[in-house]
Amino acid sequence: MRDVAIIGIGMTDFGELWHDSLRDLFVKAALAAMDDAGIAHLDSMYVGCMTPGLFTGQEHIGSLLADYLGQAPVPATRVESACASGGLALRCGFFEVASGASDLVLCGGVEKMTDVSGGRATYALATAADQDYESFHGVTFPGLYAMIASAHMAKYGTKREDLARVAVKNHANGLLNPHAQYRMPVTVEQVLSSVKVADPLNILDCSPITDGAAAVILCPADKAKKLAKGRAVKILASAHATDTIALHQREDLTWLKSTAVAAEKAYKMAGLKPADVDFAEVHDCFTIAEICVTEALGVVKRGKGGEAVRSGYTARDGKFPVNPSGGLKSKGHPVGATGIAQVHEVVTQLRGEAGKRQLKKARRGLTQNMGGSGGSAVVHILEVMR
Amino acid sequence: MITPPVVRRNTPQRYRLEANKCAKCGKVFFPPRLVCDACRGRKFAPVTLADTGKVVACTVIRTPPTGFSDLSPYCMGIVELKGGTRIQCQIADCEPERVKIGLPVTLEFRRVQEDGESGVLAYAYKAVPAR
Repeated sequence: MRDVAIIGIGMTDFGELWHDSLRDLFVKAALAAMDDAGIAHLDSMYVGCMTPGLFTGQEHIGSLLADYLGQAPVPATRVESACASGGLALRCGFFEVASGASDLVLCGGVEKMTDVSGGRATYALATAADQDYESFHGVTFPGLYAMIASAHMAKYGTKREDLARVAVKNHANGLLNPHAQYRMPVTVEQVLSSVKVADPLNILDCSPITDGAAAVILCPADKAKKLAKGRAVKILASAHATDTIALHQREDLTWLKSTAVAAEKAYKMAGLKPADVDFAEVHDCFTIAEICVTEALGVVKRGKGGEAVRSGYTARDGKFPVNPSGGLKSKGHPVGATGIAQVHEVVTQLRGEAGKRQLKKARRGLTQNMGGSGGSAVVHILEVMR
Repeated sequence: MITPPVVRRNTPQRYRLEANKCAKCGKVFFPPRLVCDACRGRKFAPVTLADTGKVVACTVIRTPPTGFSDLSPYCMGIVELKGGTRIQCQIADCEPERVKIGLPVTLEFRRVQEDGESGVLAYAYKAVPAR
């Protein structure tokens, strides 16, 4: 396999973007990425999108988006793994370039979520759970993660305030991200007194409904230095794993096995240990998720995810910063776009272009993108090319 | 989705808790599976799940999905039944303050969704605190 590099990135602002359609969101992000890479044509493209049919009534979006990007007849593939669709789109493009089949591949993600009511959006998202044995009974995604939280609190003594501290930390980071949907600080008290959604989770424990798109351009690493003029980032590892999509069928409700397995494979592929990575962008769709993910990635020991945020270990100025972009929590969570937006942030940090939220140490970064309540997970490790 | 074929197909599980057990390694699956995820065995025997157990994870849904707003707030839980199989369902007849991990429950036959798009009522199991 050839080594693969990222030579261009682009994303839209994340938010309630009433004037932008699904196709316009994607094209804006894709053009930004192509301009950043300095290229005008693609060999192929992959687009992560969870459920354009339920959110907008539109399927067959691979061709639609290639056409509106002015790139038809290039092959264009829509990739779906619920909220991990974006990460998986990157993995598909990675293999296409690594195999030698193509040189210039765009990997993007998009979701247009605000064309439907809150109830319809909740329904659309709940299709990522087991329809017959979870959603049928009236559970929601906040409900599933709330049950994970209840089990984590009972097993490890994780405090309600620890969950709130994840929101406080990520909003503090998102405050400095011009693309973020919610650029506002929140306090532990505000999280604890916000509207209850699914006990113990309140509205400020949940990522929002968001419109947005993001894209990156891949090429062979040996061509990247010339094309990217010193701003290329190498993909050291790409890994993917699955688990039961029904939460109740897992042996340990607090353990995100798909993330743990994908991370283990990624560290092995890169020849690294968790301690060799400087920071991570992870899938904090709910505050409890970040706590469980840091454990599954091996950043902290099992059961210590709450302590990690309480002690400041995962803060922007901590030993292992998690979600310097603001995460899904503050930046927003257009589900199909999220996995690519995480890569956008890691590349921005590795290039040293993150402005006020720039991390002091950013040579290697990790992304973890998760589908449903953990039924799928995609992990990438990126390194700056010197 | 509540349409007649879906309701009919799920009846053995939702009405009667029908599961299956791997003939080779004994692992129980609900719903029944065609391949055992532990030993890859393909021979199974039918078994019926116990209708008593305890709550191992729980929440109170206060922002319900479409079709459940009349019930809100309602308790949901993961219940470990006697024999070890876990299911997910509502915990009915239970004040939100009462639901907690360890609560002993019994499964009862209840109406779960009042009205689908095709006007079909859907019944299944809900847990209630053991009396």
